[in-house]
Amino acid sequence: MAMLSFEEKYRVRGGTLIGGDLFDFWVGPLYVGFFGVTTLFFASLGTLLIVWAAALGPTWNIWRINIAPPDLSYGLGFAPLAEGGLWQLITICAIGAFCSWALRQVEIARKLGMGLHVPFAFSFAILAYVVLVVVRPILLGAWGHGFPYGILSHLDWVSNTGYQYLHFHYNPAHMLAITFFFTNALALGMHGSLILSAANPRKGETVKSAEQENAYFRDAIGYSIGTLGIHRLGLFLAISASFWSAVCILISGPFWSRGWPEWWSWWLNLPIWAH
Amino acid sequence: MMKFGSQLVLGAGALFALAVGAVVIATSERPPMESVQRGYRGTGMDQIYNPRFLAKTREANVVPVSMPKLPDVGPKAGQVYKNVQVLKDQSVGNFTRLMASMTNWVSPVQGCAYCHDVNDMASDKLYTKVVSRRMLQMVQHINADWKTHVVGTGVTCYTCHRGQPVPQNIWFKDPGPLQAKGYAQAPNGRNHPSTIAGYTALANDPFTPFLEEAKDVRVAATAALPGTTNTSIKQTYWTYALMFHLSGALGVNCTYCHDTRSFGDWSGSTPQRVTAWYGIRMARDLNVNYMDPMQNVFPPARLGPLGDAPKINCATCHQGVYKPLFGAQMAKDFPELQKVSQ
Repeated sequence: MAMLSFEEKYRVRGGTLIGGDLFDFWVGPLYVGFFGVTTLFFASLGTLLIVWAAALGPTWNIWRINIAPPDLSYGLGFAPLAEGGLWQLITICAIGAFCSWALRQVEIARKLGMGLHVPFAFSFAILAYVVLVVVRPILLGAWGHGFPYGILSHLDWVSNTGYQYLHFHYNPAHMLAITFFFTNALALGMHGSLILSAANPRKGETVKSAEQENAYFRDAIGYSIGTLGIHRLGLFLAISASFWSAVCILISGPFWSRGWPEWWSWWLNLPIWAH
Repeated sequence: MMKFGSQLVLGAGALFALAVGAVVIATSERPPMESVQRGYRGTGMDQIYNPRFLAKTREANVVPVSMPKLPDVGPKAGQVYKNVQVLKDQSVGNFTRLMASMTNWVSPVQGCAYCHDVNDMASDKLYTKVVSRRMLQMVQHINADWKTHVVGTGVTCYTCHRGQPVPQNIWFKDPGPLQAKGYAQAPNGRNHPSTIAGYTALANDPFTPFLEEAKDVRVAATAALPGTTNTSIKQTYWTYALMFHLSGALGVNCTYCHDTRSFGDWSGSTPQRVTAWYGIRMARDLNVNYMDPMQNVFPPARLGPLGDAPKINCATCHQGVYKPLFGAQMAKDFPELQKVSQ
């Protein structure tokens, strides 16, 4: 694979977290590194376990394959492989792969002399996953509280787990998480449309500059956050969305056992109402 | 000036954070929780209970010891006493036993005089006596004809009354908060906190359409295409309000009966949904045939804001527990409550 002219200067050795120059090389355009190897290991093993667990199930229909966690009766112990044990191993592999990937991002950032913004942002996605399948199940006392691995089955879990609290939209952290997700989508939509329009001028015109972009949003909404600012805002919105979605599921069960609408009775009970 | 401004903002921020923190800490529960699996593993059909709350619920649901049953010999109550209409075939001993039990269950503080004119025990002068006679017939009707819901466990007066002349959980037609009329009218009691609907802003009176009138509870379409159902959002709110009431009344969440993937799908539901289906119809039967007709018997103070008789919903018997009194076999000690007296 041909190397781009500027690529070579980024291929610097060193900056690894562990292992010295073990695996400190590239395969084609891809940096390997110690954590690249562990990523590959966990991802491959996990995928094979998924295929195994799917083979034990009743269907190969991609939508309906369901790899479920153990029964609650197994508590925080290991379950037989066919009864949730595979789910447990797959979970270990998934966490291994995700964390390896984040650490590989750290190594690459160190090689490039960048800040750790990318692994920092990605670790919020890992956090949300770990809260769902590790932290909350531990707090509730059974691995069976994790979500099943399956395209439709995990959605059924989301639905039922939401209805465990009657009306999940009343969960205050869920409100925040949704707001951040939607705002993030709005910001990304606005930013993407701006960049696309600036980078694709009319025939005969040149690509527009940042000044033009600022002028557009100052005209349209009276304010432009700027070229650097939009990325800071995007990072903030994205990690806030992940963070609050982790919080909203963490508090559902371990810290609140009733319907979420009832939580708001503190508001109804404030001494400011006439009756 | 700048400095003062930023201090003000900081101070206000700190105050707000403190208020939020106080609310969060004051309202939240804590692990460990107890959970009960209700469906196939990984479906999320689980009940989550706070054991601290559960301990209180258990305390509040202790069954009083039944007085010993007497041998069914000697003259019948109908022969010895005047104006005995429902229990006339009982022996005097067991008749008295039931009267004493009812006093313990319903009016332990007020005693016999709550229903009887003590100078003439046979008199129907007090409305409470007329009501309790009808309630006896209702208990017999429930135990004999609604086995689809109460199965072998059955009910007694205590199931609802719990030592109080008026059961704690009854309902009246709810006109909702005072509001503008005409075009400015707020929509059918929605958008206000509804305690009976799990503190949501759903409908505040789902009982009239479902537990008195026989409106269809099912709102979900049975086919995927639009235009196959005429159910409105408003009807859906009513159904959800009823379901949230049911959930609160039984101390369970939606997944006790439903796999929420498809609420209406019987094949994905637990057997308890069948029991609940009959329960809704039972409450409707009792309200229409026993409670509503007594509207003229009750004094105005016992009637609702719209002048209707007190009525029954799921919480009347269940009182926050999936089986009333945790399924205690109390009614079996009173065979006279098990069949409808002729």
